[in-house]
Amino acid sequence: MGNTGEKIKIHRLYVRIFHWINAIAMVLMIMSGWQIYNASPLFDWLKFPSAVTLGGWLGGGIQFHFAVMWVFVANLLIYFFGSILTGHYRRALFPVSPQSILDDLSKALRGKLPHTVGTYNSVQKISYLGVIVLMLAVFLSGLVIWKSVQFQTLGLLFGGYEGARLVHFICMSLICAFIVMHLALVAIVPSTFIPMITGWARKSAHAEKESDHAA
Amino acid sequence: MLLKRKPAPLMLERTNSILNIERRMFMKQTLSLGALALLTGCNSIEDDTPVDRILKAMSNWNDKAQAALFDPTQLALTYEQKDVVDPFRFNAFYGEDEIVEVAEADYKLQLSGMIENKASWTLEQLRTLPQISQITRHICVEGWSLIGKWGGPSFGDFLRKVGADTTAKYVGFKCADEYFTSLDMATALHPQTTMALTFNDKTIEPRNGFPFKIRVPTKLGFKNPKHVMEIFVTNDYPGGYWEDQGYNWFSGA
Repeated sequence: MGNTGEKIKIHRLYVRIFHWINAIAMVLMIMSGWQIYNASPLFDWLKFPSAVTLGGWLGGGIQFHFAVMWVFVANLLIYFFGSILTGHYRRALFPVSPQSILDDLSKALRGKLPHTVGTYNSVQKISYLGVIVLMLAVFLSGLVIWKSVQFQTLGLLFGGYEGARLVHFICMSLICAFIVMHLALVAIVPSTFIPMITGWARKSAHAEKESDHAA
Repeated sequence: MLLKRKPAPLMLERTNSILNIERRMFMKQTLSLGALALLTGCNSIEDDTPVDRILKAMSNWNDKAQAALFDPTQLALTYEQKDVVDPFRFNAFYGEDEIVEVAEADYKLQLSGMIENKASWTLEQLRTLPQISQITRHICVEGWSLIGKWGGPSFGDFLRKVGADTTAKYVGFKCADEYFTSLDMATALHPQTTMALTFNDKTIEPRNGFPFKIRVPTKLGFKNPKHVMEIFVTNDYPGGYWEDQGYNWFSGA
């Protein structure tokens, strides 16, 4: 990445605000969720060490979880509907086809997938689409756990209260897997980090394609 | 920080004086070296951290949000006889060897507060009232859930029968095991809220709350008091054993 490269805007302000509020809220939700999980583990073999839980005891974990959930959900829904309305999803995450995912995945595994500033490859597209769906699912299954009587119609979708608990746990696990991958990739390509704060990236010489994100 | 608190002493009223002490202590600590205590961790009501205060405010906000979400006509799902777990899981703030045995011969349910007819009730009198019964899911605050069948007088009908002021905010319960909790009036009057004299069509056992348990399918388990000795109606927030230690008060399902 040379200093001569032209600067382009690749992340809009609202996307960056969403990203960082979501990052903090998500970590707090997961850590307090693990605290709640420990009170009655779904699996005998899995308990979370107290070093990674939040709240100190069940009551504290619940307080954190039910306080931060408002931030997590409000932020998520503003971003989600905002992105549909502004066409952000249409431009950034579509089109994406099974064939293009397979092609890009195969290139990535052979180390031949170039990073193009401002454009997502198909593996990135499906990962971001996936984690957005997971966040919506973790929200909806959480609603059913929180208010299983008031939201019992929604609960049918998840197989009732116990089904929603399982879905909530599986979504959390997959979101954690996403976070691990996401952080690993940022570590491998650190130049992607600063643009999520400033919005701007330096366009490298080989990346000629006009950015879909440019304001 | 938020450490596990030891069970609080019986405290039936959240009095203004305590809140005042809380406020004074907070001011004092903020203005002095005592502020260090706020950063280093503490576990009593008097020295809450700023984070504790935010969490408490959010919990109060959650009470309001849940009250707004509560639909008094929305019934909890009911299940089939084959789903009933019998014997039902014992769960309390003490061990199974400490279950209180209430003698039926001496038992009298006391009524107090904003109730017209405060005459006490024997179990036999309660049994003569019209009985309802449902198979519903008991959901514990810890996350686990079990299906049971509880039967007895409708609590709403009982409150109306004894002339409770149903415009009051709270219905409080004092129990033989020193447990205590309280419900919002709308939940107390919910058609499925039951004075459960029976579990699975048999007299409810001491381990499950004899003489009776208030069965509230629209609340988490800890809002279902067992061994009820006294019921009172009030506009003053009565709190509860777990609620005073940090569990959300409304805790609706």
